[in-house]
Amino acid sequence: MATRHKILLLDDDPKLLDTYQQILASLPSQPEIHTAGSGPRAMAMLESDQFRLLVCDLKMPKMDGLQVLSIVRRKHPQLRTVALTSVHDEQYRSRAYALGVDLFWHKPTNEQEIKMFLECIESLLGRERDSGFRGVQSKSLVDIIQLECISQSSSMLRITNGSLMGKIWIQDGEIIDSEADEFKGEPAFQRILSWKAGSFETFPADPSRPRTINKSYNGLLLETAQALDEKAGAAAEAGDAATAASPALAQLSQVEGIEFVLAMKPGEQNNHVARGLENPERMAVWARANLQRFRDLGDRLHAGPVAEIQGLGPQRHVSLTSHADTEFCLGWKHSMSSEQVREMTKKVLILWAS
Amino acid sequence: MGFLTLFSKPAPTLLKLPSGSFTVDREGAVIVGTLPSSFPDNLVHEIANQVLAAFRDATEAQLPLSELVIHYASLKITAKELRGGAMIFLAPKHTGSHSHQS
Repeated sequence: MATRHKILLLDDDPKLLDTYQQILASLPSQPEIHTAGSGPRAMAMLESDQFRLLVCDLKMPKMDGLQVLSIVRRKHPQLRTVALTSVHDEQYRSRAYALGVDLFWHKPTNEQEIKMFLECIESLLGRERDSGFRGVQSKSLVDIIQLECISQSSSMLRITNGSLMGKIWIQDGEIIDSEADEFKGEPAFQRILSWKAGSFETFPADPSRPRTINKSYNGLLLETAQALDEKAGAAAEAGDAATAASPALAQLSQVEGIEFVLAMKPGEQNNHVARGLENPERMAVWARANLQRFRDLGDRLHAGPVAEIQGLGPQRHVSLTSHADTEFCLGWKHSMSSEQVREMTKKVLILWAS
Repeated sequence: MGFLTLFSKPAPTLLKLPSGSFTVDREGAVIVGTLPSSFPDNLVHEIANQVLAAFRDATEAQLPLSELVIHYASLKITAKELRGGAMIFLAPKHTGSHSHQS
């Protein structure tokens, strides 16, 4: 017998909880519906049980829905989330999507809307069951691609890794093309495979896509895996993480306009590497403190995660950002504009990730 | 109509990210501002205090800054240093159109 999905409903109004519970009970997949009347209660239930979907009201006392969703996205990234509200304000829709919710929905007011709402919820549960990508952290991208190819699938895989995005086109079980930033074909494929983590989505195949990769998928995966192994081996030989990161830092320090690069491991006070800085310790303390300071402020404002912090000064500019498990403090020439700093910071992240 | 009644409820207001600016002195006191009065004072002070502290820390780290720009997913804060105080601009970001039927 197939496992029934568990849905957690969060609303401070017990009558609405009852109503939603009844409505969702009519879903074809017959999920288990659990309810919580407050944000803290919902957080506790998510800690103690495995839920597939959280349907969260936005207007609630003490801990509102945006606050709950903000925490949930961080602590339970595999959980599907739906924001349900009666507030008709585009700002909340934007903010909810910025927090990473899967669906923002105005509370249904008629049978037609309830039907559409149920279809979307069923689709969210089904997509999870059918695709199996989300939250499959133990599977590498190579595993995913092999599965697609062995099953002779035709699809387009979209892989996102922070702000980076790549696409791989598969036709009848063969990899025919790839794209990542300015790279296309095999170089793009290798670049995507070098990413250590990310999320996947499958899209319908594009049979008209021109073929730029002619190697078999096995050959291509083997070559790429060998190249990555060599790279990892070289890093391991070089000793600790800081030393291993140095060649990458050297590459980053070639970016136009950059004056220094400081890469830090979050939560490890002395684990950082730098190029172009006389006193990296002092800068690391400042950078870590400010990243934390503005993350905390963002939580209080419910403004979502910090994408970037820029400091513009008469001597030099700096940008603070993070990618995967690394935080960065980058120094830039003071002649650059804020937009140029933003653009080049993104470029640094792309280089680092690859 | 039945559903309209069913799904309506008196509820606390959600924090709306404001658009506007305010100026604070070096102590963090608001001198003038254009933020809506619905935005809580304690959050205005929190923003001001964090921005002023960031400017001060930068100076101590020998990295004098005249402007700070903090890009959140749904808000941009721009702060210009003003003789120890700061002029702070808040601009909510809108991610464009998302269809709930998608």
